[in-house]
Amino acid sequence: MTGNTPTTNAITIRDLVVDYGPRRILNGINLDVPHGQIMVIMGQSGAGKSTLLRCILGLKKPTSGSIQMLGTDIATASRKEIYKARKQIGVAFQGGALFSSMSVAENIQLALHEHTDLDEKTIQIMTRIKLDMVNLLEAENLMPSELSGGMAKRAALARAIIMDPKLLFFDEPSSGLDPSTAAELDQLILTLKKGMGITIVVVTHELDSIFKIADHIAVMKDGNLILTGTPQEIIDSTNPEIQGMLNRKPRETIVDTDAHLRRLTGDF
Amino acid sequence: MASIAKHVESLGAYCITAMEQTGRTFNMLLQVLWELLHPPYRFYPIVRQMYFIGARSLTLIIVSGVTIGMVLGLQFYNILQRFGSVELLGAGVALGVIRELGPVMTALMVVGRAGSSITAELGIMRITEQVDALECMAISPDKFLIAPKVVAGLLSVPLLTMVFDFVALFGGYFVGVKMFGVAEGSYWNGMTDAVEWQDVRLGLEKSFVFGVLVTLICCSRGFYMHLTKAGSQGAEGVSSATTDAVVLSSIAVLFSDFLIGALA
Repeated sequence: MTGNTPTTNAITIRDLVVDYGPRRILNGINLDVPHGQIMVIMGQSGAGKSTLLRCILGLKKPTSGSIQMLGTDIATASRKEIYKARKQIGVAFQGGALFSSMSVAENIQLALHEHTDLDEKTIQIMTRIKLDMVNLLEAENLMPSELSGGMAKRAALARAIIMDPKLLFFDEPSSGLDPSTAAELDQLILTLKKGMGITIVVVTHELDSIFKIADHIAVMKDGNLILTGTPQEIIDSTNPEIQGMLNRKPRETIVDTDAHLRRLTGDF
Repeated sequence: MASIAKHVESLGAYCITAMEQTGRTFNMLLQVLWELLHPPYRFYPIVRQMYFIGARSLTLIIVSGVTIGMVLGLQFYNILQRFGSVELLGAGVALGVIRELGPVMTALMVVGRAGSSITAELGIMRITEQVDALECMAISPDKFLIAPKVVAGLLSVPLLTMVFDFVALFGGYFVGVKMFGVAEGSYWNGMTDAVEWQDVRLGLEKSFVFGVLVTLICCSRGFYMHLTKAGSQGAEGVSSATTDAVVLSSIAVLFSDFLIGALA
């Protein structure tokens, strides 16, 4: 998925490098996310998926490289420009990140109150429409502490789509959910793509979800993007690391047992 | 030698951290001022924070104000009696409360009751990605979370100080006049003769400064928790940030009390 012209893509990432002190977390990432498609970023824990997502969202400044999101270079943009770009996106965080002092409806309405001049009646109607889309109409007046994990994720999704975003991000949408709730959420993601034409970026390592929802998959390992392609291309890949992930093989472990033993006993 | 170098190194690291935190807190103040100057102007969040910082601290302030007034009345009475000057009791209590104890004790009470909650609230919002969620909704956390708290602190602490001063004077009155039989007239007249407008102004100026200092330090410790060691420690980190905020705010109140007093 690299090499396309920026205009055909909602997101274009070039040579993205992120360092935390001496540690290199992302090592020259190049990635294109086409408009109206679902891109899944997959990889094992510690692969750099969440850091990549945080960079795209402008929550983490990269060490070098560029991130074009809806025409704005997030890596170099001013705070004002980043905020302008963020008005066109929605983000559903892993734990929901609902504001605990507000009801579900208040959480969803917040962006409308802050960014529009709509009257209260219209805001309420829009809130109910979005709650209905995520099958959560009955939870309108509940507080976040009264919601189950699945309900919190759906409420976060309703909040993410309230401004009718062009780009939607999901951080581990189905983690911690039972299989049927996770399947419901996957279906919702597909419905949003079809019904609203939104470009969607999903960061996950749940294989069942990935192959159900993805148009394109980017596979990460140790801060590198090792392969991008369609689900079929990923399945057909002969790369042993990708096959290891797909077949749920444990990571390669100790090779030099003597060196490992010395490390454990402190004899360096 | 290596041990000395290690100590110097850790002292240096501590100083750098302290300077970073001070810089962040000052930067937060500038951000808040910037956000307050720009629309939209929303008053409800400020009122809500004033309720939390001010109204909900009222009982504590009244109880501590009366107690401090009574203690002052008792101590001053014992000292003044030795010199046969018990008619100065009202003046002593009033000057002590209005110039020093009122603003300082009120600020310390607000630190303990509201300041710690502010740090814990913002720290939890940080570790549960609620602050990131706000950012991603293009809502400035400085405007939405911090500014109402700082403005509420600026307004609530002076109001609470006035309440504290008022009830403390009656605490002193109760001990001096009702318990030890000091003449009621000499208590109130001594007070009105001794207290000048500049004493009241000094007390109010202190309380404005303390209000901003306390809320700013507590907000900063919670909001920037992820940039400190506590940020990676989850619930324990929140607890540690809260303790730090209370200690730092208390020291800042006492030190700035000295500075303002010296400069006045």
